[in-house]
Amino acid sequence: MDTVLDAKIPEGPLADKWDNHRFSMKLVNPANKRKYRVIVVGTGLAGASAAATMGELGYHVDVFTYHDSPRRAHSIAAQGGINAAKNYQGDGDSIFRLFYDTIKGGDYRSREANVYRLAQVSNEIIDQAAAQGVPFAREYGGTLDNRSFGGAQVSRTFYARGQTGQQLLIGAYSALMRQVAAGSVTMHTRSEMLEVVKKDGRAVGIVTRDLATGEVEAHSAHAVVLATGGYSNVYYLSTNAMYCNATAAWRAHREGAYFANPSYTQIHPTCIPSSDEFQSKLTLMSESLRNDGRIWVPKNPDENRPAGDIPAEDRDYFLERKYPAFGNLVPRDVASRNAKTVVDEGRGVGDLKNGVYLDFSDSIDRLGADTIEERYGNLFEMYERITDENPYKEPMRIFPAPHYTMGGLWVDYNLQTTVPGLFAIGEANFSDHGANRLGASALMQGLADGYFVLPYTIGDYLADWLNTEPVGTDDESFSAALGAVSDRTEMWLSKNGTRTVDWFHRELGKIVWDHCGMERSAEGLEKALSEIPALREEFYADVRVPGSGDTINSSLEKAGRVADFFELAELMCRDALDRNESCGGHFRVESQTEEGEALRDDENYTHVSAYEWGDSGPTLHKEELEFENVTLTQRSYK
Amino acid sequence: MKVTLRIWRQPGPEADGGFEEHDVDGINEEMSFLEMMDILNDRLVEGGGEPIEFESDCREGICGTCNLVIDGVPHGPQLGTATCQLHMRKFSDGARITVEPWRAAGFPMIKDLIVDRTHLDDIVAAGGYISVNTGSAPDANLMPVAKSVADTAFDAAACIGCGACVAACPNGAAHLFTAAKVAHLNLLPQGQPERYRRVEAMVEEMDQWFGSCTNHGECETACPQSISIDFIAMMNRDYVKSKFKNRRLLSQTN
Ligand SMILES: Cc1cc2nc3c(=O)[nH]c(=O)nc-3n(C[C@H](O)[C@H](O)[C@H](O)COP(=O)(O)OP(=O)(O)OC[C@H]3O[C@@H](n4cnc5c(N)ncnc54)[C@H](O)[C@@H]3O)c2cc1C
Ligand code: SF4
Ligand code: FES
Repeated sequence: MDTVLDAKIPEGPLADKWDNHRFSMKLVNPANKRKYRVIVVGTGLAGASAAATMGELGYHVDVFTYHDSPRRAHSIAAQGGINAAKNYQGDGDSIFRLFYDTIKGGDYRSREANVYRLAQVSNEIIDQAAAQGVPFAREYGGTLDNRSFGGAQVSRTFYARGQTGQQLLIGAYSALMRQVAAGSVTMHTRSEMLEVVKKDGRAVGIVTRDLATGEVEAHSAHAVVLATGGYSNVYYLSTNAMYCNATAAWRAHREGAYFANPSYTQIHPTCIPSSDEFQSKLTLMSESLRNDGRIWVPKNPDENRPAGDIPAEDRDYFLERKYPAFGNLVPRDVASRNAKTVVDEGRGVGDLKNGVYLDFSDSIDRLGADTIEERYGNLFEMYERITDENPYKEPMRIFPAPHYTMGGLWVDYNLQTTVPGLFAIGEANFSDHGANRLGASALMQGLADGYFVLPYTIGDYLADWLNTEPVGTDDESFSAALGAVSDRTEMWLSKNGTRTVDWFHRELGKIVWDHCGMERSAEGLEKALSEIPALREEFYADVRVPGSGDTINSSLEKAGRVADFFELAELMCRDALDRNESCGGHFRVESQTEEGEALRDDENYTHVSAYEWGDSGPTLHKEELEFENVTLTQRSYK
Repeated sequence: MKVTLRIWRQPGPEADGGFEEHDVDGINEEMSFLEMMDILNDRLVEGGGEPIEFESDCREGICGTCNLVIDGVPHGPQLGTATCQLHMRKFSDGARITVEPWRAAGFPMIKDLIVDRTHLDDIVAAGGYISVNTGSAPDANLMPVAKSVADTAFDAAACIGCGACVAACPNGAAHLFTAAKVAHLNLLPQGQPERYRRVEAMVEEMDQWFGSCTNHGECETACPQSISIDFIAMMNRDYVKSKFKNRRLLSQTN
């Protein structure tokens, strides 16, 4: 095992590890907590819950977000739900089953101890959220309702209409604003973190740019927590919000935090296909639709009848045909890849032939339009608003889109990165989901990290720094970082080329989508690895960044983010090339069964790949994964 | 299709602002309004100019970031729809469209079409929460909530915090926003212990920054979530009661 990558997994049986660890960690007593300053970057579910909880515990917390309000973080957009092992439905769920499903769903590429802890704290999240007033769906008797999600065989998903993320985030945000009012948390909005500051090898602060005034500022603390979300926007088009970016994580990576499994990305099967090349983002249609919708394409590539006129014998319900046991409910990666296959065969639907049908007519016949409306009304409305087509009358058109990134900053069991004092939580870290994330598990992980794990594990680190002041912002470590940010700003503002930042971002996105998307091959990845640096060179030579640095300047903001995406894209492709196996969301054409299904290679790849930044290229470190409580099996959904 | 935009530009908070006209051609109906704006900005930059700054993030109507007044209406002509969900098919070819920022005393101007909506967060900080520390919550099913109550609380909780209600109000009042926040929590059993303290604190914070409500009702029409003004009546009732209840509480603790 790589000695630098010590995951610090506690001793003892799986079920006792977290309890044992909590007992053995150093504690900071309440009176001493207020002597500590902690920086949290990000106010999504992970950041807001962590900052609120640490504020309640008595730490002084500074919170940063580039949004104008903490409530806008992209967690707000999550639709489907959040998992927990409550077993309220009495259908045989348990902590072990949620643990097992998550490990298996992640295709045996995650850490047992972390995932077990996640399942353990999942129940407390629901209690906390309900107490905060999150209006979860309820039964007539007043108890909480659940649904099954993403192929799970139990009903463990809690939801709030199609707005679970918004309601959970409002809960965490209100807890956060309560601490702001109490004075324990200081809120910095429109403030973008552009550098992590290190001294003597540990994180001591950050440098930010005020997006409204352009002021570059230094902030110091005893510890820094990144809760800055995922990097799906490396593909340009994704279900993520326009502003989502990888800069915070990437800047940390360049300061020594290892980046783990960058090639593990999740392509979500049910999104609205793009309508033209100016499409700015892709809209997710909740996966729950697959419970009642049937996916099909015409058998004949030259079919031109409207969907309703195509008789059953001319339709190919390809998922039901290939996977009789799971049918339309196969996991996301399987559903996505099969949709790509039929579209590549020329059997796609819609004007651009870039989608497949998701058809509700059978369910409407069986259950009535009212039931379907009750279940999916707001999604149908959203679909109609975007496409001008009525899904009660004609089938929806859907196609896969980049959605979630399992890769992220490497963290140990304490959620600490390889830089002491620098922690990463939520989608920004790599933990828990292995090579593929189950539906409704990201909200759970973000809130588990923020409410129930980090606020305690960070104490173990902070205890060693009792009675020390944070490094002053007049220290040379800060002046160097401030200088770097100002220099980069100057550099971008001097770019007087001919193309917009977005143009380069779109082109980069196409390369990554084509070669490091749903299907990866050595040949394609090598091609990408020559195209990306070439495009990057063009980017630095020909991009145009107008305006000045002392006011809102969206081109300037985007230039820095896209520059970081370029570097990240290259690392993703390198990692995808190195991992010559198919696992979870990572499908290598060289590694498949005779029937074309993903083939894992446990002998050679049962490890986390964590990359260390180097000016002349990354160094790969491996964390071997050990499974003591589950047996590795090949997934089969036939 | 082609449209002509009459669009507000203002370099900074203190600078003078004014309308600029731009023709945008080669638009297709399937585009969203903001994608049309993206194209305009691309062309401005490629032509050596500066883009028109506006805000949007999720582009699916849930984050509340986007905020344009289109032809005099916050979020534009389509009822119950945020700016980002508006599509060009709602406009006719050759249309002249006026685009302005949210204008309200409580929303100071930053640049072009971007204003500062921080005072909405201030209202939440004043009391828009249920005080329950992490880890101290009882099992979620120990407090059943009647489905009808949960559903109504949800209708209020659906507010996306965009501020269109303020922009639509001739007085620049934030009553619909505040009422939505108050009602969400004051309806739920979990919210009862702080019910009157909450409404008093939030209303008084609101009054510091925003105008007064004279029942125009334009907020409800502009609201992308169609939040009902009935919640304002509920907030007002709770506020009046709070004056009485909170005083009584004081005397009890004395
Ligand atoms: C459309 C959609 C639907 C989804 N539905 C579900 C679902 O039903 N169930 C589920 O479990 N998961 C779902 N997910 C996934 C889930 O929503 C996310 O993984 C999760 O919410 C991420 O939370 P987070 O707190 O880690 O990051 P985010 O919510 O993305 O927050 C990131 C925060 O970091 C800040 N930030 C980032 N960089 C910087 C910087 N440099 N400086 C300052 N601030 C910065 C941002 O301002 C923001 O506040 C969905 C995702 C999408 C895109
Ligand atoms: S009440 Fe409606 S208009 Fe006002 S902030 Fe909320 S969603 Fe926006
Ligand atoms: S951009 Fe999020 S609501 Fe419009």
